[in-house]
Amino acid sequence: MTRLEKNTFKKLTDISLLIRKRTVITSFEAKIPHLGSCLSCVDILVYLYFLELSINPEKFEDIDRDRFLLSKGHAAPVLFQVLAEKGFFSLSELKEFGENGSFLHEHPPKPGIIKGIEAATGSLGHGFPMGIGMAISAKIQKKDFNIYALLSDGECNEGSIWEGALLAPKLKLDNFIGIIDYNKWQATGRTKDIMNIEPFVDKWQSFGWHCQEINGHNFDEIHEAFLNAHKTVSKPSIIIANTIKGKGVSFMEDDNNWHYRTPNNHELESALAELSTDRKK
Amino acid sequence: MRNTFAREMTIFAKERSDVVLLSGDIGNRMFDDFKIIAPERFVNCGIAEASMMSIASGMALSGLRPVVYTITPFLTSRCFEQIKIGIAYHNANVIIVGTGSGLSYAELGPTHHSLEDIGILSTLPGLRILAPCDSLELSAQLKESLSFDGPTYIRIGKKGEPNLIQNTIKTSIGKINLIKDGCDILIMGIGPILGEALEASNNIKSVFDKNVKVVSLGSIEPLDESFLSEMVEKNFKCWITLEEHGFNGGVGSKINNWLIQNVKKRNFDVINLCTPNRFINKLGKQNYLRKELKLDSAAIFEIIRKYV
Repeated sequence: MTRLEKNTFKKLTDISLLIRKRTVITSFEAKIPHLGSCLSCVDILVYLYFLELSINPEKFEDIDRDRFLLSKGHAAPVLFQVLAEKGFFSLSELKEFGENGSFLHEHPPKPGIIKGIEAATGSLGHGFPMGIGMAISAKIQKKDFNIYALLSDGECNEGSIWEGALLAPKLKLDNFIGIIDYNKWQATGRTKDIMNIEPFVDKWQSFGWHCQEINGHNFDEIHEAFLNAHKTVSKPSIIIANTIKGKGVSFMEDDNNWHYRTPNNHELESALAELSTDRKK
Repeated sequence: MRNTFAREMTIFAKERSDVVLLSGDIGNRMFDDFKIIAPERFVNCGIAEASMMSIASGMALSGLRPVVYTITPFLTSRCFEQIKIGIAYHNANVIIVGTGSGLSYAELGPTHHSLEDIGILSTLPGLRILAPCDSLELSAQLKESLSFDGPTYIRIGKKGEPNLIQNTIKTSIGKINLIKDGCDILIMGIGPILGEALEASNNIKSVFDKNVKVVSLGSIEPLDESFLSEMVEKNFKCWITLEEHGFNGGVGSKINNWLIQNVKKRNFDVINLCTPNRFINKLGKQNYLRKELKLDSAAIFEIIRKYV
């Protein structure tokens, strides 16, 4: 396996911890749900924004930038934290998160309202085919940038995901990389009990995708998966990232109550104690 | 109409490198010329309209000008949410062209009738809604839609519809188009069914020597309100609205609403001719259903004769 350089690995780990901490605090302060869904994809988002995506907050509308779509739009609270840390807007702007009259609420709005957001998502099954549209456009316009979309496993219940999954290989969209935050839960129960998507890797492969299965909390594995995706020619890529819902806070991990719950005072304290190795604060 | 659409698209393929044509696996041979000019800009998205609509939205956000084409009900009611979010909310430069609208596919049954598309789509902010009556109006609307920013829905018929508009059309979005001038009765409607109004108008002229004005309200959103204001001042005995669409959310209800909001006292009747609020099970050709539903020229003639 191609390992990350030690310093890079540490940097990503530190940022992830920081983002987890801020996400939990925001969920407490603004009473924003979907905490479990946010915590499961922190490492993927941090890797994307701090190592993978060719983007520049100063030139956030640059025509040649990579595009990232949060197809699982309900993880917007963590995306906003990542965007702020990356420098798209200031941390002080995040203070109004969840307040009446704020643009910062539970899902990403359309582009032009919050810097760095490429598409409004939140209704599942939209962002993925929109990303495919962007990938077709890049081919037509002969542009070299890549398009990334982060999906949830529950989102793969939606028919429009599989419509897009059928089309992208036909068009040989090797500029498109989908990542599935496979935390094994959806709103009301286990993914396998509600709408079993297994055998998941086989499904994507049989549809003609370059499909990899990784540990979505291991930066070395995430790193290698993207390297492999870039080496893939004439096929779109999907990375099935096995994750843990609520990752990083022991009493939230793999407990689906945290799909809708927000922490109380006591829970906040316990969570912050677990996330306290953050040296930045 | 659809041949005109294909011909116009071929011209756009040549003139504009940003125009992309997305088809839901219909009209394949129709677009052969387009595909010769710009093969990479023709995308057959398969029989998968929901994702096709989102794909178009993604293309528009990337700076292209996608035109999405398939049979009206599959393009409208089937993917309403994709239009709401991906197209209308994002104010995406997408042109949605539904073919076989209204009762064009009469004999194909309620699955293929589209008698609610204008109603549902006009609930969405910022979406232009156009329903040309003939190929001339369609050509003008297509050109204008491509030159304007923002999303557009164009509702077209099938093929072989006669041209109804006599003059050349300069602007069409936000403007009515005159089919026949007159001063006794006013018929305003949308789509090729206005041919029935024109025929009724000609028959009234020869039998009663009265003049029925017939106009196409091809631009439903935005509506030509200045024209309506102008008509209120005239001395028509009756306004008739005509459409192959249900009353709810259709042109008739929009004209009625406009009158309630803008005209305190009117001295003319208003009659709304539209399809009934039920699924149509006894099928036949389009002209058969128009007759059955009392939307044909004979039925329109009978209504007008009471006023002349």
